[in-house]
Amino acid sequence: MRTFRGGVHPHDHKELAREAAIEPVPLPERLVVSMNQQLGAPAKAVVEPGAEVLRGELLGEAGGFVSAPVHAPTSGRVVDVAPHPHPVAGSAPAVVIEPDGRDAWAEGCDRDSGERLDAVEPGEIVARIREAGVVGMGGATFPTHVKLSPPKDKSIEVVILNGCECEPYLTADHRLMLERTAEVVSGLRLLVKAVGASRGVIGVEANKPDAAQALSGLAAEFGFPVEVLRVKYPQGAEKQLIKALTGREVPSGGLPMDVGCLVQNVGTAVAAHEAVLRARPVTERVCTVTGRGAARPGNYLVRVGMPMAHLLAHAGVRGGVRRLVLGGPMMGLAQWTADVPVLKGTSGVLALMDAPEWKTRACISCGRCVEGCPSYLVPSRLSILAEAGAFSEMIDEANALDCIECGVCTYVCPARRPIVQWIRQAKWEARIRKMKADRVRAEEAKRAQEKESAATA
Amino acid sequence: MSEAPEKREAAPVELGTLVVSSSPHLRAPDSIGQIMWTVVLALLPAFCAAVYVFGIDAARVTLLAVAAAVATEAACQALRRERVTVSDGSAVVTGVLLAFVLPADVSWYVPVVGSIVAIAVAKQAFGGLGCNFFNPALIGRAFLQFAFADQVTLAKWRFLPAHAFSDLLGSGVDAVSQATPLAVLKGAPGPAGLDALYRQYGLGDLVLGNVPGSIGEVSAFALLLGGLILVANRCINWRLPAAMIATVAISVLLLPVREGGAFTGGFVSILHGGALAQGKLALYHLFAGGLFLGAFFMATDMVTSPITARGQIVFGVGAGLLVALIRLYGGYPEGVCYAILLMNAARPLIDRYTRPRVFGTKRRKEAERA
Repeated sequence: MRTFRGGVHPHDHKELAREAAIEPVPLPERLVVSMNQQLGAPAKAVVEPGAEVLRGELLGEAGGFVSAPVHAPTSGRVVDVAPHPHPVAGSAPAVVIEPDGRDAWAEGCDRDSGERLDAVEPGEIVARIREAGVVGMGGATFPTHVKLSPPKDKSIEVVILNGCECEPYLTADHRLMLERTAEVVSGLRLLVKAVGASRGVIGVEANKPDAAQALSGLAAEFGFPVEVLRVKYPQGAEKQLIKALTGREVPSGGLPMDVGCLVQNVGTAVAAHEAVLRARPVTERVCTVTGRGAARPGNYLVRVGMPMAHLLAHAGVRGGVRRLVLGGPMMGLAQWTADVPVLKGTSGVLALMDAPEWKTRACISCGRCVEGCPSYLVPSRLSILAEAGAFSEMIDEANALDCIECGVCTYVCPARRPIVQWIRQAKWEARIRKMKADRVRAEEAKRAQEKESAATA
Repeated sequence: MSEAPEKREAAPVELGTLVVSSSPHLRAPDSIGQIMWTVVLALLPAFCAAVYVFGIDAARVTLLAVAAAVATEAACQALRRERVTVSDGSAVVTGVLLAFVLPADVSWYVPVVGSIVAIAVAKQAFGGLGCNFFNPALIGRAFLQFAFADQVTLAKWRFLPAHAFSDLLGSGVDAVSQATPLAVLKGAPGPAGLDALYRQYGLGDLVLGNVPGSIGEVSAFALLLGGLILVANRCINWRLPAAMIATVAISVLLLPVREGGAFTGGFVSILHGGALAQGKLALYHLFAGGLFLGAFFMATDMVTSPITARGQIVFGVGAGLLVALIRLYGGYPEGVCYAILLMNAARPLIDRYTRPRVFGTKRRKEAERA
């Protein structure tokens, strides 16, 4: 079975929510639509408090090329535009909407125009995806239209749909592939067409045979193979998935397009289908609520901006929840409050009943991190450098920047060393160092220019 | 897909104080303690074999060594005002391993002094578990070699010969003292004396442990069983012991020895039609002495062996070669202890030169070619 080298398979607990069909969650009293929904620049709010909006109406325009617009998730009244707790950034500007209960779409949206996919030109596909605010729905939230607009010297040969869902606990993509199979395949056709790729392929981990089965019939009609991949985290990491399916390695510091590949999550494919063929901007997504602290673990269709507390109340929370994690347990972010909204990239919410304290000890060089690292780094060495505060060495001599932060090293470490946390710290230090160097360079350039102008004067 | 337009008042969620930590939010079940206690478990078959062969003395020496190791570790950590971590079992492993390389009838203070040196000097002085450069048990053994040479290296080692096994429960069991197989081999290293050796101690005796030797090394079968437990529980990587044992076999097979002023054995014998005898000699070297104990339990010590798979192979080959060189040409009949200690010293260098190629980069040679 195809796979990559390294990785681990933690007990995945997917049985908690795997069988639960996607269930819509009633609208909350208020929706807190963050303007910071994606990697890159946040959107700029274009509405004022008091404005009446319809579902799909623009709330915030893209803040740059690497950005995406944000739309009203339902019809209602804007009651506030202000900073609000944000699950990733801590705090970010948000548009607060009081739903009017009609859930009416704005004009031009939600057309089932019967428009044939073949009739839409590639440029039009990309434009509609951009305008609909489609971002990577797997959790990375990189604006999709940017990935679909490679520079002229790069060409994309293969579009890979990522249906691995390798994070433990999460089952949202699994349900999506089962229940919205046609949209997944349609989305892949759109993405292939948008970049002029010669082929498309869907990668599914072997623990979702029903999803692979459901997809393969329909996908085969359009010549897309469904590849079943070994159950191993992080099988769904972009570079590892490309390696498993094509044997190609994205060069260090490079992008998938450098090896002619484009990877999109299956949820993104559905969003692309909705955007292009149904004129529906991204206003909802499927989110797994699970963990032992969830009374009714399941896969919920939630609106962007839905407060986490509302979602948890709907799914039911047991007493004694100690940790609340947005995303999967390997890369998700622990929250201090449920007063954060659902984002376009919120693939899951874990309510965990325990909060073990792991006592860090010295590295015993067991080598499990080296064996597990999908980037072929020596995490133990990075961790020892970090303890010594040698962040520069981590970057310059131990390839810390090649770390994809999957967390395998930290998961397997018997000495309970927070290796990936240290690596993130090193990356942060590197960013600060670069900023400082840039500033010094800018000052020098300015001084040289002043000297020059003084000389000519 | 059905929509959900109706508004509904949700019951407020009651969440207590949430704990925030950096991802990943899961940890593998294996901790240092689990690994170390698994090693102790894997040493149990060899311990049982030792008690069978050497009687209660084997247990006495082992318990003394373990008690001294644990007490020393606790004392050192208390002195350094650190968390006392003796419950992780690593000091127990060191104590057992030290006892396993001693004769069964040493005085009580020999394992005690050995354990104190192993833990206090070789381990805690370097900063404790994970920071030591050399295998603590082997440092302890090397120290005892000089401090109590007469007790640690014997001309004749006590053991219970095969015929005594049958009436073990009877009263008239007498242990005998004889030279170890490797000591006999030292006197006659070539294939010529092999037949006599095979008559004294057959391969079956070596496998079962029916030979004189140190406490833990005698039963190759029990050690192999323990090694399999370690491999199955991912406490060691099979590559290192495999590389080490294979290298000893190949080296003994090919390297000639000086016997009676002329070179014999090795490729010299093979060229003269003595391939079968040479093969038997190589096989004998595998099961005799402390090779299995060293290969499965000492060379594989996580802290003092290389971290990458390639490094572990280099380490195994190097240690195996040194074992063969010491056994065939050195001053001692057995070389496992010093072979591993020497490779321990080379470990940082091996780690440095066997780093994996980073994903998305080329090996240096490929990069130069490109």
